[in-house]
Amino acid sequence: MLTFTLRRLLLAIPTLLVISLVIFLLVDLAPGSPMSEIPLTVPPDVRRKMIEALGADQPVFFRYFLWLRQFFWVEPVTLFDGWFGTSWAGGEQRILSWQSRAPVFTIIGQRIPQTLTVIGTAYLVGILIALPIGIYSAYRQYSLFDQLGTLIAMIGFSVPTFFSGTLIIIIFAVTLGWFPTKYDTNLHVTDWASFVKQLQQMAMPVMTLGLANAAVISRYMRSSMLDNMGMDYVRTARAKGLTERVVVLKHVLRNSMIPVVTVIALGIPSIFGGAIITENLFGVNGIGAALIGAIHASDLPMVQTLAFIFAVLIVTFNLIADVLYGLLDPRIRYD
Amino acid sequence: MKLTTALLGAACALSFAPAAFADRGTDGEVKFTFPQAVSIMNPFLSSGTKDVYAASLVLEPLAGFDADGNIIPKLVTEIPTLENGGISADLTSITWKLLPDLKWSDGSPVTADDAVFTAAYCMDPAGGCAQLSKFDSVAKVEAVDASTVKVTFTGPKPNPYTAFVGALSPLLQKAQFAACQGAAAPTCTDPNNMPIGTGPFKVTGFTVNDTVTLAMNENYRDPAKPAFASAVIKGGGDAEGSARAVMETGEFDYAWNTQIPPDSQASMTAAGKGEFVVAFGTLVERIEMNMTDPDPALPEGERATVKHPHPILSDIKVRTALSKAIDRQILSDVGYGAGGMPTCNVIPAPAAWASDNTGCIAQDMEGAKKLLDEAGWVPGADGIREKDGKKLHILYQSTVNPIRQDFQALVKDWWTELGVDVELKAIDPSVFFGGDAGSPDTFQKFYADVEMYANNSDGTDPETYLSQYQCVNAPSPDNQWQGENMNRFCDPAYDAKVKVLSTTVDVAERQKLAKELNDMVTKDSMVVVPLVHRGTLSAHSNTLGGVKINAWDSEMWNVADWFRVK
Repeated sequence: MLTFTLRRLLLAIPTLLVISLVIFLLVDLAPGSPMSEIPLTVPPDVRRKMIEALGADQPVFFRYFLWLRQFFWVEPVTLFDGWFGTSWAGGEQRILSWQSRAPVFTIIGQRIPQTLTVIGTAYLVGILIALPIGIYSAYRQYSLFDQLGTLIAMIGFSVPTFFSGTLIIIIFAVTLGWFPTKYDTNLHVTDWASFVKQLQQMAMPVMTLGLANAAVISRYMRSSMLDNMGMDYVRTARAKGLTERVVVLKHVLRNSMIPVVTVIALGIPSIFGGAIITENLFGVNGIGAALIGAIHASDLPMVQTLAFIFAVLIVTFNLIADVLYGLLDPRIRYD
Repeated sequence: MKLTTALLGAACALSFAPAAFADRGTDGEVKFTFPQAVSIMNPFLSSGTKDVYAASLVLEPLAGFDADGNIIPKLVTEIPTLENGGISADLTSITWKLLPDLKWSDGSPVTADDAVFTAAYCMDPAGGCAQLSKFDSVAKVEAVDASTVKVTFTGPKPNPYTAFVGALSPLLQKAQFAACQGAAAPTCTDPNNMPIGTGPFKVTGFTVNDTVTLAMNENYRDPAKPAFASAVIKGGGDAEGSARAVMETGEFDYAWNTQIPPDSQASMTAAGKGEFVVAFGTLVERIEMNMTDPDPALPEGERATVKHPHPILSDIKVRTALSKAIDRQILSDVGYGAGGMPTCNVIPAPAAWASDNTGCIAQDMEGAKKLLDEAGWVPGADGIREKDGKKLHILYQSTVNPIRQDFQALVKDWWTELGVDVELKAIDPSVFFGGDAGSPDTFQKFYADVEMYANNSDGTDPETYLSQYQCVNAPSPDNQWQGENMNRFCDPAYDAKVKVLSTTVDVAERQKLAKELNDMVTKDSMVVVPLVHRGTLSAHSNTLGGVKINAWDSEMWNVADWFRVK
């Protein structure tokens, strides 16, 4: 198991390098210019000088290697300096966003908490809703509950968040006036009143995303349970005289969880990735909103760094899912 | 008698403007929402209006513009003119006198050195200053004494109100930015995000592309202002969401740039929580005609260059017919509602500079058909006009934008009725405006017959803007497809008039020349076909008082006078 993990980790290095190059070239070769948002009243020679000041006129491979160096050396060292008060980085140039001229990692650091609280909560809420629905739907297949669950799941699957989100805003913010439409980033939870405020401003984005997440996971849970319900070991368990509760929740559920855990684990990187549409809609300044803003402004360093971090997370959680398999199912070992 | 009059006067003043007597910081917080979030608070490094407007709460220029486009003093005692000797008789220099006892928000005095530094900062070749054109033809900026700034130009400058005038070229504090000049400019994250200014507010917190929090500036020059103790600018989302937050839920006081469809404007106004205000600047949505041949069969390097005149559009009758077939009122109503009005001018405002050219507003389909008949384009068997066996086919490009696609569809209908075969093309705005010489789809390359976009003149004086239509500014392979004369319009008489304009001082004479130049590219030649004069639509809450929307400076130009309606 350990050698397997190590082998996978080593293999991840060249994979990630290739991914980083591909992302860089894709983003760089995509049409668009960091100057496209500048008003037309700015004359062309001034634009050219601005591009030179950004370093955007350098050859692509020069910029790629500079980015690699900044990502793998300057940024970690700067982080280390920040923790231990050393000064090894010696003021070396960090990765700067072209749009805001601020270090990309500072921006990411500012935005991760919002993404984790909002998107993470939505994911958690989604799982908590989905698992019981999936289990009960499978246990009482074709019952009214199952049909209703299927219907809601289908809605969650097929209605895009920009539609369900706007609908939720119109119902809960405009008509009922319960929740604010714009997320207040500067709200600090210090007492009960501010905690209630935080819950209020999280309610609508969590609802929007929770519905979509729950739909996906509940379907997986249901089908996985159905696969196992008909197995021989379930009949054996019942024949032994075990209660239905023990049969379903202990024997069937544990075996059914294997594919579901994979789905859940593989979904975790998407929490860090944020939710582009939902974050934009509700003014949550998370990673997703940062990514789409950077793409609009052709802010290459920001897009490149974010996309690469997503790649790292996906590779990591794939590995974690594989290891978890082994823990859940003793038959699967990679020795 | 005297006492009674005085008392009456005082009573009147009190009853008319209670807010004017409100003390500093007594009205709580004013909340802004911008559909595009603020990226940086330094206008010299910014890439968009959102940043310039946000910065205008903090940073101030020496002089600004009021809602009618008149120049007004901000940090100076008076506006320098030829009469008061502030502008030298030979027009080569302008001298500004700073207000006495002026302080930065950190309490240190504002001196002429700060202005000298600001000029050096922006004019540094390695700094990539976005507002460099404000310092165009500035030879040197010097401090005559601690409170006198003298700007000397390389030659006579009829319009010297460029450097240090308007939200685009404010004063930076030398002490804060001293280490940020040249190549170091982009790396100074803290000063760029939290500049020290002289404005009514100072930055207390900045999250990139999200929120700016501001507090009142205790050292602001008017001790009774601002009425608000703090301000917050929340960015992101879309125009619809911003408008909703002001007009329907009332969470915010002011939303900038809420360009939403006319039917949504009406339904949101009906909610009764706020109102939309429109600032009409010089932004004009127009169709530009290509005077050169964009035929893909031509070799690269000759395609869409002056070597090959356009086979169809070189004929003024065709261009006029295409313009006549358009109903500009419908376009304006469908696309912009209150935020637009039909126009025939490239320079639609200020009123004193705008030509009285309204001949194009009424649609004239029959006249248009007659013109095409005269030009020799007669309807063929399929209804499409043809001449010498060639079909009247037009490629009409624009950017991806719902309103522009509506416009394209409407115009296509009218032109089809005229007997023109229209092909539509929509290009991603970041490519279209990106200016990448390697891309075939930029508006400079203009590999199409006509293209539609919006452009505007910077400030009230349109000299620079009009000079863009000179022959030399035509984009071509020789200048890496840079240049603003997209049409490749070339008229020696036009160039000569631009030259006259650049040396004319008298304002009335300048206005006359500007109108003539405007007519030369529009109604006389139909090279530029203006469609809609577009305003910036913003929304403010009914509880926010003092808003005077301004198209010539920052929309928040008078934020110090804003107050809470109680």
